[in-house]
Amino acid sequence: MEWEIVIGLEVHVQLATKSKLFSGAGTRFGAPPNTQACAVDLAMPGTLPVPNAEAFRYAAMFGLAMNAEIGRRSVFERKNYFYPDLPKGYQTTQLAEPIVGPGEIEIHLEDNSSRKVRLHHAHLEEDAGKSLHEAVFESGQGMSGIDLNRAGTPLIEIVSEPDMRSAAEAVAYLKKIHSIVTYLGISDGDMSQGSMRCDANVSVRLKGEKELGTRTELKNINSFRFVDKAIKVEAERQIDILEDGGSIVQETRLYDSDKNETRSMRSKEVANDYRYFPCPDLLPVELDENYIETLRSDMPELPDAKAARFREQYRLSAYDADQLTQELATAEFFETVAKQSGEPKLAANWMTGELAALLNREEISIEQSPVSAEHLAGLIARLKDGTISSKIAKQVFEAIADGEGDADTVIEKRGLKQVSDTGAIEKMVDEVIANSAKQVENYRNADESKRPKMMGYFVGQIMKASKGQANPQVINRILKEKLDALL
Amino acid sequence: MAVDAQTVEKLAELARIAISEETVEEVSSRLGDVLQLVDRLQAVNTEGVPPMAHPLDAVQVLRPDEVTEPNRREEFLALAPQSEEGLYLVPKVID
Repeated sequence: MEWEIVIGLEVHVQLATKSKLFSGAGTRFGAPPNTQACAVDLAMPGTLPVPNAEAFRYAAMFGLAMNAEIGRRSVFERKNYFYPDLPKGYQTTQLAEPIVGPGEIEIHLEDNSSRKVRLHHAHLEEDAGKSLHEAVFESGQGMSGIDLNRAGTPLIEIVSEPDMRSAAEAVAYLKKIHSIVTYLGISDGDMSQGSMRCDANVSVRLKGEKELGTRTELKNINSFRFVDKAIKVEAERQIDILEDGGSIVQETRLYDSDKNETRSMRSKEVANDYRYFPCPDLLPVELDENYIETLRSDMPELPDAKAARFREQYRLSAYDADQLTQELATAEFFETVAKQSGEPKLAANWMTGELAALLNREEISIEQSPVSAEHLAGLIARLKDGTISSKIAKQVFEAIADGEGDADTVIEKRGLKQVSDTGAIEKMVDEVIANSAKQVENYRNADESKRPKMMGYFVGQIMKASKGQANPQVINRILKEKLDALL
Repeated sequence: MAVDAQTVEKLAELARIAISEETVEEVSSRLGDVLQLVDRLQAVNTEGVPPMAHPLDAVQVLRPDEVTEPNRREEFLALAPQSEEGLYLVPKVID
């Protein structure tokens, strides 16, 4: 039996506003507990929420980036439930009339293919506070601590259609959302700090089947890697159950990254009943045509447009262009290197090769890279003008990464300058030929077609003798002349 | 049309309101009255009438994105039954 996985994602993105969605309390991450929770956030009697204009602007920008309809009128509703980190007893959110309507984005996969994922809608809502269950308190045995700094922070919840068919597609979609929100500057998109969170609706069905299978909702997936793993392990679980003749229970499941398994979250099965109703404290918000058109004309260049421009302007492959435009910081780094060195293709190769490997190894972002765009441009310039060979360039790169200074400093200090001086190279070639009587003999006796390949041995010896610093083109030329003279 | 006792209990649970067994009957009949009123409203033909989000015919005023609230943590914490290390303490709830 061949199974098909069907995935829809709900992504929560914290908006980077200075103040909360409905109050003038701050939103700075890492502030001491409860220092950014005001009377409105605490649901003190007599308080009245007033929406933050910037949150609407950010949400509308996101909608425009998703090619979605922007709700000219949006309405807040109350979603009622009780939890200690939700002081009001309801979350103010949107349901029937959200700020962002249906839309569509294109995701790019590793095999260079791409596909469309439809957006169901995106709505504005407030975040809840944080419960600290693990902490131990002197004055309260077995109690939980509540920090309401996060309560009321604006979120957009982005709901996709069930259009993804593999964990890889889900990750590509999430990365695309991440690119878009960071390009727009409406969120820092930091999953490790909870600025971006993801729930996945996963079901399976036999290939060719039209009806969707029963889905489960996976919570608590807080990294790109875990999205991939959680979906895979949950799909396997569902397939095992169905192949054994069982059926799937529609439920919320928690992904446990330590054990790489999902488990049921509900201890007692009381169906959720949120009793939504329009919030009487808030009037409908209206955005006029003018406002939306102004936003549209002020939109920054987005990842897809930038990738298209990189292909056109710098003649990059589709793959390189995608890689280099996923993150705004990477794209800006690339453009600096490309412009300063005048070698966009080399810049792309170094960034997707050595630099990507370095960042991966050190587990740092490009903003923290010890090799700056200026460093890399300088290195490429020396490669281009023949001062160093590409092999030596890798050594220089590592030295720059270790903080030894820029390319010129490293080349100077370590004496890595490429030898192009024909006299010196001629001497090395002579020595190697003199010490390789057997190889020279073989070369002479070999068929002409095999000779170019046999030169590799000599080149290797000469390179070794020069500590990799001899110019390979010069070696090749001189070597060929000398060997051919012996024929 | 009274609401059955089971529904009353479920609503009480959702709203976290304690309703004693003696009062279930009374609450049930009063909720029934409310539902009767709703039934009358539902009988009105609303075809072509958009749902009303608010009784006032006005739109929401938005505020600029500025931090205007000072830190008043100590005052607020003092109102809570229990607090420690800047946190409100509550009975442990894990679902």
